[in-house]
Order: sequence, then structure tokens, then C-alpha cells
Amino acid sequence: MKDKLMQIKKEAISDINSVNDLKGLENIRVKYLGKKGKLTLVLREMGKLSKEERPVMGKFANEIRQEIEKKLADTRDDFKEKLKQERIEREKIDITISKNTRRLGHRHPLLSTIEELENLFISMGFSVIDGPEIETVENNFDALNSPENHPSRDLSDTFYITDDILLRTQTSPVQIRTMKEFGAPLRMVSPGRTFRFDDVDDTHSPMFHQLEGLVVDENITLGHLKYTIDVFVKELFGQDMETRFRPHYFPFTEPSAEVDVSCFSCGGEGCSACNGTGWSMELLGCGMVHPKVLANCGIDPEKYSGFAFGMGIDRITMVKHGINDIRLLFENDNRFLEQF
Amino acid sequence: MLLPIKWLKEYVNIDDIDSKVLADKLTLSGSHVESIISLDRGIENVVVGKIEKIEKHNNADNLLIIMVDIGDEVLQIVTGAKNLKEGDYVPVALIGAKLPNGMHIDKTNFRGVDSFGMLCSLKELDYNDNVIPKYQRDGIFVLDKEYPLGTNIEEVLGLYGEIIEFEITPNRPDCLNIIGMARETAATFNREVKLPEIKIDNEVEDINNYIESIEVDRELCNRYYARLIKDVEIKESPLWLQTRLMEAGVRPINNMVDITNYVMLELGEPLHAFDLDKLRNNKIVVRRAKDGEKIITIDNVTRELTNSNLLITDGENPIGIAGVMGGLDSEITDDTTTVLIEGANFNDRSIRLTSKELNLRTEASSRFEKGIDPNLSEIAAERVCQLVEQIGAGKVVKGKIDIYENVREEKVIEARPEKVNGLLGSNFTIDEMVGYLERLGLSTSVVDNRLNVIIPTYRLDLEIEADLIEEIGRIHGFHNIAAQPLEGVLTRGVKSYDKIVADEAKIALQGMGLNEVMTYSFISPKAYDKIKVEDDNELRNYIELMNPLGEDYSVMRTTLIPNMLELLGRNYNYGVKECFAYEIGNVFIPKQLPLRELPSEKQRLSIGAYGHIDFYDIKEVVEIIFERLGIKDLEFLPEKDNPTFHPNRTAAIIRNGKRYGILGEIHPDVIENYEIGTRVYVADLNFDSIVKNTNLERKYKPLPKYPSIVRDIAVVVDRDVLVGDLQKIIIKNSRDLIEDVKLFDVYTGDQISEGKKSIAFSITYRSHDRTLKDDEVNDIQEKIILELKNTFDAELRA
Repeated sequence: MKDKLMQIKKEAISDINSVNDLKGLENIRVKYLGKKGKLTLVLREMGKLSKEERPVMGKFANEIRQEIEKKLADTRDDFKEKLKQERIEREKIDITISKNTRRLGHRHPLLSTIEELENLFISMGFSVIDGPEIETVENNFDALNSPENHPSRDLSDTFYITDDILLRTQTSPVQIRTMKEFGAPLRMVSPGRTFRFDDVDDTHSPMFHQLEGLVVDENITLGHLKYTIDVFVKELFGQDMETRFRPHYFPFTEPSAEVDVSCFSCGGEGCSACNGTGWSMELLGCGMVHPKVLANCGIDPEKYSGFAFGMGIDRITMVKHGINDIRLLFENDNRFLEQF
Repeated sequence: MLLPIKWLKEYVNIDDIDSKVLADKLTLSGSHVESIISLDRGIENVVVGKIEKIEKHNNADNLLIIMVDIGDEVLQIVTGAKNLKEGDYVPVALIGAKLPNGMHIDKTNFRGVDSFGMLCSLKELDYNDNVIPKYQRDGIFVLDKEYPLGTNIEEVLGLYGEIIEFEITPNRPDCLNIIGMARETAATFNREVKLPEIKIDNEVEDINNYIESIEVDRELCNRYYARLIKDVEIKESPLWLQTRLMEAGVRPINNMVDITNYVMLELGEPLHAFDLDKLRNNKIVVRRAKDGEKIITIDNVTRELTNSNLLITDGENPIGIAGVMGGLDSEITDDTTTVLIEGANFNDRSIRLTSKELNLRTEASSRFEKGIDPNLSEIAAERVCQLVEQIGAGKVVKGKIDIYENVREEKVIEARPEKVNGLLGSNFTIDEMVGYLERLGLSTSVVDNRLNVIIPTYRLDLEIEADLIEEIGRIHGFHNIAAQPLEGVLTRGVKSYDKIVADEAKIALQGMGLNEVMTYSFISPKAYDKIKVEDDNELRNYIELMNPLGEDYSVMRTTLIPNMLELLGRNYNYGVKECFAYEIGNVFIPKQLPLRELPSEKQRLSIGAYGHIDFYDIKEVVEIIFERLGIKDLEFLPEKDNPTFHPNRTAAIIRNGKRYGILGEIHPDVIENYEIGTRVYVADLNFDSIVKNTNLERKYKPLPKYPSIVRDIAVVVDRDVLVGDLQKIIIKNSRDLIEDVKLFDVYTGDQISEGKKSIAFSITYRSHDRTLKDDEVNDIQEKIILELKNTFDAELRA
């Protein structure tokens, strides 16, 4: 009987080795281990053995069965793995093809610059406040201490609607509105549209954008102004940017300064873009709020001081993205917008 | 303002300072340098020569053969110039010379005659047409006197060193002259200013022998200071004077006029010289013009005046427009022998108005309108007399006539040291503050710990303590003041709710592939015709600009639609295949017209599209934005009578009876007006209402615990029946058990009779507290079908 079992094992292993698909493997399982399988039939004859032989032979037969089963299982795993590999091979695709069906819209570069500036100033504790595009002469000029016969008030500089109402030429009137409404202390920025009587060319537009900033509190100094501007310039243009404060004149600040930053083209070495100075000129204007302006807004200039700054966002946007013609900002050419 | 450094050096010792350092430091102390212009033009081998002989060229009528002595030899040069005579001293470009325009001089032959060099004009020496004197314009530059032959022309013309061009701020008219910049330079480098010492050695006769009287309008003329010059010989100024003027950008005219211009550049006071013999009376009357009174000015233009213009007259006839331009009749000519020098101080506003009214801006008017110290009138007129004597242009007559009522005097401004440091964030000692002020020529004493600062009369800009703080700060250097972080109560920066909502909307729009655009706030009034707005529509109540740049930018928009169509049209014409864009912007709604108070500025959201897009795409975008902003229960109702839109493809957006806007296809006529060859879709929404009703809060609802049942309903109805109305009936019968109704098919064609359509919905039923039974759902389905039948004659489709 032992020989018989050995013979069955040998045959079974040989059969298994000779099949090459899962179906054949199953047939072999039935042929040897099924209800009428060769091994099963042999085992049925166990009853004929003596009491002593039976456990010995039983153990032996079981080992044979396990060996066949293991061989079957291993072979099945091999086949499955092979099939999987074949499928993976079949499923090869050309990954250089792009589908191009989904698309994200694009933010206007100038408006995203405004948002970036807003978020930067919000993180520094400034609130964002809007003001109207159509303003009073009072808010746009008078309350800002602009001399009565200053040329900026001319019809050749400013768009008027009536003698007392105009399109704001700067975002500074929002300072006046905010100080009148909220008093001191105050930290605000106000971005928005501004208008000047300029014909359209590559650097001029009758509508452009500014961002105004204002801080009013006790003991505010020019040092605070410098720090704030430094942080802003470095955050916006890079940590290695330097600023330079030059005395200047604005009717609504005293002292007043213009701020130059390291040349955007050469970084300060001096090149043709900066006339060899190493500085990009007139990035923003700023100063300590004129005591008359504080008083005009009901804030006691003896108790409070403040600083204000204003910058042209169109220019900043153009510098940031290397745009050389301001008209592109207002034409809304899709081919332009989709670059941002 | 052009500042030749050579000239500056006459008043302040800066020999040890490089021009670049000079420019940088002046910029940092407040005089902004715009450019540095080098006088060295790269001229080589151009020397002074003397014309010995002039002969005609035998073979060319237009050419002359000149023998010119350059010291060590006599050269033969052929020229076409006509202004030369024997004995003239001229610049000679030798063979091998280099001229500023890049020209190299070689030996040439003109019709058989060799030419060994070239005689130069001022233009060839790189002088600008604006400054070349008329008498030098057409020909070779003839020098004013004898110079050693062979001398380099650069040496003769002073073509070395630099000119600095400054941008002077409008509050500092006192810096628009050499002395003013010398003061700034001295303050910046802590040096002394050496002012010119004014003295006249010989004076003859008496001014009162020549001038009877001077009367002035006291309101518009604060000072009138007159001096007289006799035995004047009008001719070219000496070359040093001419080159000074040219370097500073002023054209030499003749010695008398040049001197007044020189003094204006030097001191900042515009002066005028009248030919006394041309006056009908020997007097000067400064008065307002009569309305309609006329004068011919020296530019030979007849100008009609009004009562707001100030005139200089001889008691009868106008001889000049005060502070703007002199009259042609009394102009200095070659025959002039007696000259009245006017150093006057006119009201700045009046000059500004006159200059504006006459559209005539001159060097004089632009200086007067910025304001000038009246004390300068005398100094400047005296300085003119001194120079007249110095260059021998005439004899100075003794005496002066000076009408000066409101004498401008020095004033004292007090500054508190703690306020100075408090505003600058500095730690200056009182001595340091005094030091900076003194450097600017502001004498300062300290009384009770206060700075008492004496303000010279020429500093028109210094009025209050803050002005002095700026002076201290800028001489120390703003760049030297330490930056300090902001202190105080920590504040939280906030954005307005408007902006937060706009940001949310923009994220959604961007996610759906729309590009953000930005257009002008002003538009053309014709836009309202282009989009076919009815004549009586309130959109036409737009605000007009008084002084627009042109019709295209002349009215404040009351709708964003024209701008949107315009940009879509532009893109279409650029060949862009598809456009999907949005703008959030203001419209301007007047409370009354003409405007008496500020209008309302209302935010709108406009969306526009063309390309592979239809009505349902733009509607979906609108629906998703509202969903994102938490605004529910929108209704879309057919809008037939908006002339901008397609009457059968347009919807009004309504919620709780309130209108939020419109969306639809643009009317074919309007599309044609914008020259777009494809269908265009636009939505125009009231963004203020959207903001007001936005709800950005999101509360968690437990996920469903019980299974759903999905049933379909397909019905056949008349083609005009709206799906939305069918949906309303379905929802109405839902007993709160319908989770979702989806339209999945709209069908016309085979098996559906003419004029009908088949509509199929998939309805999801679910209860939040139990498992629904089929019976319950069947019951609702039956009710729905019944009501659809009763209301819309809907047939259930098998």
C-alpha cells in the first residue's frame, strides 16, 4: 500500500508539472483528491489493514495528501501571478498624452496682487477698507491739505463730474473717511481704482490702482513707517530687497518721503534699467500724517501721530510679472490672462 | 532743473566731492537727481582757428575755399557756410578729428579742391537746437573774440564736468536756481555758501530823470523794483555767459536779455528788460487789463485779455503781461539804448490763472506761480546792474524806484525737541538738532528747552513745527533713522464681509474655469444703444464726466454688460476660440441728475462666455455660485422682454420674489453690434444682494441611516411646459421624503407626437427615521402623476 501511495504521489506531481492552466490544475485535483480520486480510493482501502498498520499508514497517506495539495496551491499561485503580469503588460498606455478637458480659471494678475497685498497687511494687523470711486473734492483734495491752486486739481489732471465731485485721483480720501468714522487708533489699508487725466499709452492709463495705508496711534514715528515698508517690500519682492527713503513732498504728510527699492533688473548693481543708480525709483510715497490732516478728521495731533503710504499697484504687478505695457492689464485678452 | 556743477562750485566748495557722490547725497537729502549729463561729448582734435582768406571755388558756386590758421600751420578747407568773414575765429575739426555724432574727419576733395578738415557749427558740437542762439543757427560757430590759435575747442566751450538734472518738489521753488541748490549742497555736506557779493562801481545820472512815476495794483503786485541802464550796446554776450545759459537749457538772445536770464537761473527771480524809448510816457502803471484789451507779445501773437490778467503799461498802452511775457513793442532790439530793469513780485495765483487762461506757460510764469520771495526783487535787479557793468553792456543809472508795501520779514517757528524725536523715532540731542538747522541757514536759539528757529524769507515752505522736523530728519538722513517694529495693542486685521464673499465666489468661479477680468469704470454712452437699452430705461440715467478723455470714456457705467461684450468681441476678433470670464465691479447709480451728492456705488457680478458653451453651462455656473454661497431656493423664470437678450433663451433669477439678476443668450442684434460671429451668453447679477443673503456657515447633518428607493417617472407633455414647473409639482407632493429629483432625459422625435416632448425624472426617496416601504413610495408617485396630469395634461410614458 505504501508503494501504491508513493506511486500516486509521483504520478500526481508529474501531472501537475505538465499542465499549464488553472483548469488543468483543477482536473488534476479532482483526479487525485476528488471524491472518486485516486488517493481517495486508496484511502478507502485502509479498513482492510491491521490495527497496528492503520495509524502508521494513515499518517503516511495524510502526508502524501498534504504534499499534493501544497504542490497544487503553489502551482495555482504561480499561474495567477503569471496571468496578472500578462494583464499588466497588456494594459500599457501612452502616458505622454494629455486629456485637456478640465481647466481652472485664471485670476487677473492685478487683482491677485491686490489680494496678496491685502493678506500681507492683514497679517500685520491692518484692516482692509474700501472707499468709493466717485469722491468729493473735499475728501480727495481739501481735507488732504492739498493747496487750493495745486496743478493736480486742474481739469487737465483730474476727471470732474461737478465742481465738487470727481473721480478720485488717489486712494488717500479713504484715509479721511476712515479717520472721520473710526478715529484713533487705527491701522488700515485701502486698495482700489483711481483715475487721472492721462491718455492711454504703454505706461499710462486713465484708470489705474493704488493701495493706501494708514496707521494712527500714540507715539507713531518715522522709524515705524520705515519698518513697516521694509517688511512689506521684502515680503512682496524678496528678502534681499533693500529700500531707500528719500525726502519728498506730499501735501498730506510732513515729513514726506519717496521709497526706492533695489533695482528689479539688476538687484542693485546698476544697469540701464535703473540709469546705473541701482534703485527702482518711486515705488511708493509715504510720510508722517500732516497735523492739519489729523485735525481735519477730528484727531488731536498733539496726542496722536501717524504714518501713511500709497503705492501704484499696476506698476508693482507689472514689475512682478515682467509686463511691459499697462494696456495689457485692461484689455482682458484671454491669451494674456491665461498666463497667470 | 539743470545744475551745471561748474557753476555750483562758484558758491560752495565741493572740489573734493565726486559728481556721483554729490548726486547720491543730494538725492538722499531731498533733491532728487533724475540724471547726470556729462559735458564731455568725446570731441577729439577740434581746435580754434582764424580765417585768413576766403576765396570762391571755381567749379562750385555754393562752395568757398578757406585758409585757416590753426597756430602751427594754415589749412585749406572747403566749406558751404555763408556766415564767415576773414578774421573770424572758428572751431576747426582737423583730419583725424572725432565729432560727437560719430563723424570722423578725413581729407576730402570737393570738385578738384582738397579740403584738410572741417569748420564746425554748434550743432556739430552737439548743442541742442533749443539752446543754439538764432545768430549761430545757420552756419559755422563764430567765436566771440580772439583765442590762442590751436586751443582745444572743449577748453574754450568748457566742455568738461557734469550737469545734474534735478526733480524739485513743488514746495521748494527756492531750489529752482543755482544759489538755492548751493544752499542745499552746503547743508548736505556741512559746508559754507559763498553768495555773490553785489556791488556796482560806477553809477551815472539819476533814474528820476528818466522815469516820472511807477504805480502798481497793490493786490496783485506786492513789489515793483526798477533800475535803469543807459548807453546800452546790444550785442552778443561773451562766450562764458552764453555757454552758461546753454548748459542750463536757455538760449542766448543778446547781452541784455542774457543777463536777466543768467540772474534768473542764478537767483530764481524772473526779470524783465523794457526798451524805455518805446514807452509813450515815461512811466510804468501796473494794472488789471480791461476785458477784451489786446497785446502783441514778443512771440508775435496777439492776445486778448480779461480783467483777471495783470498788465504792465506805460500809462496808456500795454507793454507786457505781468510775470508771463513781455510785449513786442517794448522788446529789446539791436537799436535799444536805454533799458528799464524790472524786478517785481506778482501774486502767484494771478499769474497761474493768467498763464492758464492764455494757455501760455513761460519760464517766468512757472516760477512766479510757485511763489517767490519779494525780497529777491531788489537783489536780482541789483545783480543785473552789476553784470551789465561787468561785461560792459551799458552804464548803470543811479537810483532805483521801489514800490513795496507788505514787506516779507523773517519769522520764528518754535520746535519742541521731544516732538522732533517723537515723530522721527530718533534720539537727537538739542545740539544735534540745532546743528542740522544751522547747516540749512536756519539760525536757531534754545530758550526754555525749545528751539526758536528763524526762518529766512526765501523759505516759503516752512510754516509749522512738523516742517522743521522734516528739515532735521532729512539733513540727518531718513535713511539713517532706525526702523522700529510697530508696538501697542495687538490688533487683528479684518476684511470686510463683502470681500470675504467675493473671495468665496472667485474660488468657485476659478474652479469652474472662468477667467477674472477687469474693465474701466467709464464707458461710451453709445454702449447703451449697442446693447439696445430702451430710451426710458433707468440704466440710461448715467453720470457724465465734465472733462472726459473722449466719448469712449465719458460716462460712469450703470451696467457691466457692455464692457463684458466688448472684451468678448475683442477676444473673438483675436481668434480666441473660447472665452469664459467674470468681473466683479461697481456700477454708479445717481441719486439725482445733475449730481448734487455722491451716487450709490453698487457691486455687480457679470459673467460672459462664448465657445463650446450653451445656456445651461452659464446657468450651472450661476447655480453653483449661489450654492457655494449658501443661497437656496432660486427660481429661474423666462424673461422675454429684455432687448439685450434672446427673448426665448433668457431667465430672470428670482428668490423669494426678489430679483437677483438675469442670465441668458445675448440677442442676435446685439451680438452683431459687437461683431461677434457666434452665440454669446451673459449673466448679470446684483452682487450686493448676493452678499447680503450669503450664508457661509455649514452645519453637519447626520449621514442617512436608512436605505433609499429610486423611482423614475417619464411623462409626455406639451413642448412649452417647463421642466421647472414639473419639478415643483414633484417636490410639492414629496411629504419631505424626496431627497433628490434628477432630470435625466428630454426627448422629442419618434414615438412622440408633434408638439409634445417626453420628460424623464429619476426621484430618490428616503426617510431619516425609518426604512421606506414600497407602498408609501407608490402612493406618492401616484399623487405626483395625477397632479402632473391634471395640471399639464401629462401622459405617463410606458
